[in-house]
Amino acid sequence: MAYGAVQALSNASFEASDGAITAVLGANGAGKTTLLRTMTGLVKAKSGSVRYGDIELTGKSVEAIARAGVAHVPEGRGVIAELTVEENLRLGALWSVGRQDRQSALEEIYELFPPLTKRRRGAASTLSGGERQMLAIGRALISRPKVLLLDEPSLGLAPMVTAQLMAVLRDLTKGSSLLVVLVEQNARSALSVAQRAVVLNLGKVVVSDSADRVLADQDLRRHYLGF
Amino acid sequence: MSSPPTPPEAAVVPTWARWVRLPRQPMLRHLVFAAAAAGGFYLLTSNLSAYNDFQVGEIALYAVALAGLSVLTGMNGQISLGHGALMAVGAYTFALLATHTSINFVLELAIAVGLTAVIGAVIGVPANRLKGPYLAGMTLILALGLPLLGDKYQSVFGGDQGLSTIPPTAPGTINPEEWLTWIEIIGAIVTLVLLANLLRSRFGRSFRAVRDDEIAASLAGIHVARTKVVAFAVSAGCAGLAGAFLALSTGVVTPGEFPLTLSIGILAGMVLGGAGSLMGVWWGAIVLVYLPEWSTSFSGTFNLGAGVSAYLAIIVFGLVLIVVMLAVPNGVQGGLRWLLRWAMLRLRRSPPAVAELQSEGHSVS
Amino acid sequence: MTLFIDVTLNGFVIGMIFAIVALGLVLIYRATRMINFAQGAMGMFTTFLAFSLLNRGVGYWLAFVLAILIGFLLGAIVELLLIRPLQGKPELNPVIVTIGLLIALEGLAGVIWGNSGRGFPAAFSQSGLTVGHTKVAFSHFDVFILVVVFALMLGVLVLFRATNLGLRMRAAAFAPEMARLLGVRVGRILTLGWALAGAAGALAGLLVAPTSSFNPYFMDLFLIYGFTAAVVGGLDSPIGALVGGLITGLCISFVGGYLGSSLEPLGALALLMVALMARPEGIFSRPAARRV
Repeated sequence: MAYGAVQALSNASFEASDGAITAVLGANGAGKTTLLRTMTGLVKAKSGSVRYGDIELTGKSVEAIARAGVAHVPEGRGVIAELTVEENLRLGALWSVGRQDRQSALEEIYELFPPLTKRRRGAASTLSGGERQMLAIGRALISRPKVLLLDEPSLGLAPMVTAQLMAVLRDLTKGSSLLVVLVEQNARSALSVAQRAVVLNLGKVVVSDSADRVLADQDLRRHYLGF
Repeated sequence: MSSPPTPPEAAVVPTWARWVRLPRQPMLRHLVFAAAAAGGFYLLTSNLSAYNDFQVGEIALYAVALAGLSVLTGMNGQISLGHGALMAVGAYTFALLATHTSINFVLELAIAVGLTAVIGAVIGVPANRLKGPYLAGMTLILALGLPLLGDKYQSVFGGDQGLSTIPPTAPGTINPEEWLTWIEIIGAIVTLVLLANLLRSRFGRSFRAVRDDEIAASLAGIHVARTKVVAFAVSAGCAGLAGAFLALSTGVVTPGEFPLTLSIGILAGMVLGGAGSLMGVWWGAIVLVYLPEWSTSFSGTFNLGAGVSAYLAIIVFGLVLIVVMLAVPNGVQGGLRWLLRWAMLRLRRSPPAVAELQSEGHSVS
Repeated sequence: MTLFIDVTLNGFVIGMIFAIVALGLVLIYRATRMINFAQGAMGMFTTFLAFSLLNRGVGYWLAFVLAILIGFLLGAIVELLLIRPLQGKPELNPVIVTIGLLIALEGLAGVIWGNSGRGFPAAFSQSGLTVGHTKVAFSHFDVFILVVVFALMLGVLVLFRATNLGLRMRAAAFAPEMARLLGVRVGRILTLGWALAGAAGALAGLLVAPTSSFNPYFMDLFLIYGFTAAVVGGLDSPIGALVGGLITGLCISFVGGYLGSSLEPLGALALLMVALMARPEGIFSRPAARRV
């Protein structure tokens, strides 16, 4: 995907590729969330464009972008607390999975995230932070998206749970064509699974390089990423 | 946030005042206004026929009712669909006092205002816990239910015939109709000045603070529930005064004068003028008074049936509410204010206005 | 004693009618988190249209069904033209607009049909049924109302709890942004919610009209009683609409029977106050859950 300049982001262009995790890093307020929200149409870009392959996504409605195969797990997860776990998952599948296949699609997600199985009929509000994260990602995955955007998934999670989460993401992209854009404050864990890294500072892209090279560059890390 | 269309927070000196040199002190400014208004009305009434005088008086009394609602909704964020019923309270109180006692009419007006304000406070207590739509529903029931009390206690309230009052005699050689009109005009001007001062005071600021964010207001030390109840009481008092004026000027009070359409008409008048705008109430009052006439002549020109004109007026009220909310939420006053700023911008008179317009999201060429 | 029985039966019957109005309000609230003050007036208008159709010789049941369809369309049009433009604006704006719609429709009905002075026919006989040897204050028509109310309530329940459409509607109502991110066409869902409520309102009008004088204001009182019923039972809950309707109906009937009909609205007000003070969410609603 290629992105151009966006409002409140002044020059944020980068590309991400299939089958890889691209980490988007930077301090708070650097514009990472705005970037994702622009990509999924929640924020209208003043200039620039969003494209997946040769499909133009700029200016389309949020629903249309979602139905084009772009799944967004927003900041705070967006789990709909008033619905049950299973209802949240089924919601993700409604437009994408045919009636006959829905049950098996649900089972796949339960296999991927076993703790959800016990809670399937419970209200989503009763889940722990880690379980909510699983639900949110499972809900995004059930529609077999081509693009998965995650906004700060490790927020509020214990380090071990974060590590498990990152492992799941790595497994997902291995051998698949799923494109993952991972916005993270926790740069260290993001870089441990990402192939590419993009660093934002004050609304501009300042670094766009392979993750390994960013990890190796101590000055860069200290300056922009805080470790 | 459940606030109604909020008028742009007035600068310390209102926009138009930059054009005209007016005293900066609010109280003085209000008095200057009052004097100008009084003068204007004097010219008006001495040159109009008796019937038109009566209408000017009606405009004044509706201005009072609209001002009360405007303060409640525009400044304090509480909606009321029951102000017609509150007018009925004021009207009947005045009529009862006039019929059964012989105290001075000014005192009777004061008691009517006071009683209605008390009832407003009583309603305000449960009301202050309700969010917008629920408050609307509750006051809607009030609007439908309160006037029915007149049916119930026929011996006291005179049933369908209602009560009649004898208008106070005019002092000296003043024309009696003009006298009544002048009572209403003075009442309206005094009320508006008092309300304007109230809004500029610390109380007024607490009204607005509660409207904008109750939690923040209570953190700032404002007693939210009490503020809301006071706002309701003040608003009800205004409606009571308007109702009392109605009784005073028409000489008779019947339940049929206070249907649901009156309450909704008052809402429409307020919305038209601009919620929260004290100047805007005159637009709404003019429409309220002249609409029935206009629709009668309209249906006359098109030879529609006899009862149709009343329904036409109702359609207009409904359309006003719908169209204003969709197109010009700040009403006529809001529209005028915007126009004025745009004009000042064009004449490049004042950089602050340019900045104001820019911050409201208009592009500046 | 007979007064007590009559009043109770009457309360039951009018309670059913309040429940139908309440169900329309619940529908809109569950689908859009909004209260539609024009719900009664919309039903009034479609009933007047049915009246015109009947006067032109259209069969009763055909007119009945057509009125409901027109109500469906009316609901959709109202959402698209009046409610959609107000998205994102302060919460009071749609309230004021629906109130404007309420009286605009009443005025329009008045201009078109005037005070007809005639009555609207009922679907079935309105004379009391005979139980054993006594005539009871419960007619064929009342049975019809009862059946319709239960069917409507079941319909709304099934819609929201068991269908995918209902799932989409609940998601669109609780979390519109997230629903969009999941591919739900929230705009269409909102329009559909209003359309269904419009149909329910039309049904309510058709059932109420035979029981009262037939003028443009005939739904006003039913709106406020329906509103009270919905608030008492819980604006979220179709079962609550039914139970709230019953409670409100009994309350109104008792006030009317023992204190006089002119005090009925104030009785509703008192009931509403008690409900809002004691249990503002209503009897049957689930506790509000926060977004996580």
